[in-house]
Amino acid sequence: MAGPAAVHEVRRSFIRRYIFSVDHKVIGIQYLLLALVSVTVGMILSVFMRLRLAWPEEKWPLLQQLMPTAFAGGPMTPEFYLSMMTMHGTIMVFFVLTTAPLSGFGNYFLPIQVGARDMAFPTINMLSFWVTFVALGVMICALFVTGGAPISGWTGYAPLSALGEIAGPGLGLGQTLWVISIAIFCVASLLTSLNFLTTTLNLRARGMSLTRMPLTVWAWFTTAILALLAFPVLLAAGILLILDRVGGTSFFIPAGLIVSDRVIPHEGGSPLLWQHLFWFFGHPEVYIAILPGMGVTSHILSTFARKPVFAYRAMVGAIFAIGFISYIVWGHHMFMSGMSPYSSMAFSITTLAVGVPSAIKTFNWLATLWGGQIRFTAAMLFSIGFVSLFVSGGVTGLLLAQPAVDIALHDTYFVVAHFHIIMGVAAIFGIFAGLHYWFPKMFGRMMSETLGKVHFWLTLLGVYCVFMPMHFLGLAGGLRRYAQLTEFEFLRPLQPIHVFISVAAFVTIAAQLVFLFNFFWSMKRGQAVGPNPWDSTSLEWTTPSPPPHDNFGPLEPVVYHGPYEYGVPGASKDYVMQTEPEVEVGR
Amino acid sequence: MILALALFFVVMASVTVGIFVLRIWWLPEQVSAHGGAIDQQLILTLTIAGIVFFLAQVALSYVLWRFRARGDKRASYWHENSTLELTWTLATAALFVGLGVLGNRVWANYLFSQEVPDVTTVEVTGQQFAWNIRYPGVDNTFGRTDPALINDAQANYLGLDSKDKASRDDVMTQNIMAVPVNRPIRVILRSKDVTHSFHVPQLRVKQDAVPGMAIRVHFTALRTGEYEIACAELCGMQHYKMRGRLLVMEDADFRTWLKSRIEF
Repeated sequence: MAGPAAVHEVRRSFIRRYIFSVDHKVIGIQYLLLALVSVTVGMILSVFMRLRLAWPEEKWPLLQQLMPTAFAGGPMTPEFYLSMMTMHGTIMVFFVLTTAPLSGFGNYFLPIQVGARDMAFPTINMLSFWVTFVALGVMICALFVTGGAPISGWTGYAPLSALGEIAGPGLGLGQTLWVISIAIFCVASLLTSLNFLTTTLNLRARGMSLTRMPLTVWAWFTTAILALLAFPVLLAAGILLILDRVGGTSFFIPAGLIVSDRVIPHEGGSPLLWQHLFWFFGHPEVYIAILPGMGVTSHILSTFARKPVFAYRAMVGAIFAIGFISYIVWGHHMFMSGMSPYSSMAFSITTLAVGVPSAIKTFNWLATLWGGQIRFTAAMLFSIGFVSLFVSGGVTGLLLAQPAVDIALHDTYFVVAHFHIIMGVAAIFGIFAGLHYWFPKMFGRMMSETLGKVHFWLTLLGVYCVFMPMHFLGLAGGLRRYAQLTEFEFLRPLQPIHVFISVAAFVTIAAQLVFLFNFFWSMKRGQAVGPNPWDSTSLEWTTPSPPPHDNFGPLEPVVYHGPYEYGVPGASKDYVMQTEPEVEVGR
Repeated sequence: MILALALFFVVMASVTVGIFVLRIWWLPEQVSAHGGAIDQQLILTLTIAGIVFFLAQVALSYVLWRFRARGDKRASYWHENSTLELTWTLATAALFVGLGVLGNRVWANYLFSQEVPDVTTVEVTGQQFAWNIRYPGVDNTFGRTDPALINDAQANYLGLDSKDKASRDDVMTQNIMAVPVNRPIRVILRSKDVTHSFHVPQLRVKQDAVPGMAIRVHFTALRTGEYEIACAELCGMQHYKMRGRLLVMEDADFRTWLKSRIEF
């Protein structure tokens, strides 16, 4: 089925091959590098946040010399803290958690895993990367313009985000650039999802039936459906916000507002409209970040437990159920927003229902490990970490899904802990797992297993020390998006928790240098490998490492088995590759 | 190393659960009529979540330790069991949805309770970065306001129209609010500029104040004392110090307090 659409000539010049490349493998690596740059920026921003939160009154003479406005008077200004917080969230959600797991790994491995020579629309693929690149450029600019980056949070709630600089520092040009960048990013994601869907449906190799697709492909496919339906809504919301800001319209601004003693000449808009549109996108977005990680985890757990994935069909069903239900839960972000309390009750039940397929996945992962012969590679360790974090972050959803309980917990650090663990750290563990697993395929060399394990241990320990205490902070009432807790008597006793978290965060961030070193050192010096270093079964492991331009050379792959035939009784090895014809597999 | 990893998950889970059980950090004290039911539902859910969390981490540790690779042995070729799958699917569905139904009951009891006749009404209007409090006075009617009449120098933060008869006995304060103890209170929430959120932790009250909307919140405070009103929705630069004081006092004290305020 790999038709001519996917075949194209090797480009000879450096620019056409590595910069404006149409090769899905090059584009995948470009996305991963873009995510690496973004995650570095996002992490540096979080260092500033943690400095302010732990030591709000402390003066930092050196930083004051480097950034006189941000540290005017000595301590970090609250508006600088808020701009760091906004940009940290935005960059991490869009340019890291959406970009690396879906566009990065998906671009590189979805076509190879289904047996295609490239994406269905290679030029559109190139375009979507460069559009993302422009979006990142615009976003980074927001950090450096007059007035600074926006202070309205990654959710950019209107009317705060709609009123302009009159409502606060960073809400002028910075906020405009922010929303323009988001709109551009939406276009790129839309293009990517079209490519993913078409490639999965049309370019599968002979024998690659839907039920023989690896769970990674199922995850990317479902994620692409989510992206296809979610990003246009955010794009629309973004365009309306741009119009409110620069075009004098009033989509989100109601009548009679007085800001900084001035009457605002807008009328007729609805602040809740922004929230509905934003979260109609925003909740599926959470699953856009985490579903690929689930796919990678299933794939890697099976590979290194040397056992088939438990309940493959249920796993596919669960991915789809999560994807579908994720569209009807957005209101749980708005229990305290003034939305009808009757809708809250409906959203509460749908939200708890989305926990069911999530729990099924966890059970199935444990059952996949049950009876296995587990090999503890760095990739496997990160996948195990993913399962642990997925549980830790998931169970708190039971509390936040209930509007009555949310009265106590909404907008506290309990929520911050919940979403950081499940969509931040768990997704990042999925990325690290994928990197360790696929690095030899992408670069023809192994990453150092020793350094990988050191990095795993420091990170696992670190993230639990950072995010577990946030639950206690939130339960005791600690409000998020506060530049400091010391202005309120009921919050002041919680300050030591912030100090502990900051110290843990700095250690965890420093530990990422181990990863950076391992990543770049291994690219040049890692041990060279053959096609299949992990004794894996899926199609990418039938190709040389790294695969040639057209992935499979002159021969088209033909698929005979499902993707997880490990430990097959009677087979000569403990794994049967998807392309091996001679072995009968009893299913 | 496998043993270390297995132990890590068990220790991490035990420490986390331990800190919750010992209540080293815990909810703020609870002083409202409806808050008890909220706390009860929160604790029930937290307990269930804690048990699920602990068992899952221990189970993960156990399978990692028990099924670590030993020599060249093959893993078992086991990948389906419909009974098992059906059991855990139905069990989780029943547990999760059951919790949701219980939670919705608490929510409905609080939100949809009958309006009581003898209710004290207070209007709270958020602005960057202060709380404007208004009482309707003896006529129990709020006077007309007009944004054009706002005059901070004369403490007319809401633009109250003095020509309106209903305005004359309105009482306005900023950042200080008093309510009688053991009496039902109705707060009408508004905002002058951006979205704020009216939050009194000890009353288990949190509700966004959205510009263009008038949102009602009910509570009955059960203990006299001074509490803090915090803003719980990001509203700009000084969000972290948008602080008001709530005085819960005996009925008679409340009346005196109200009288002592300058009528507009």
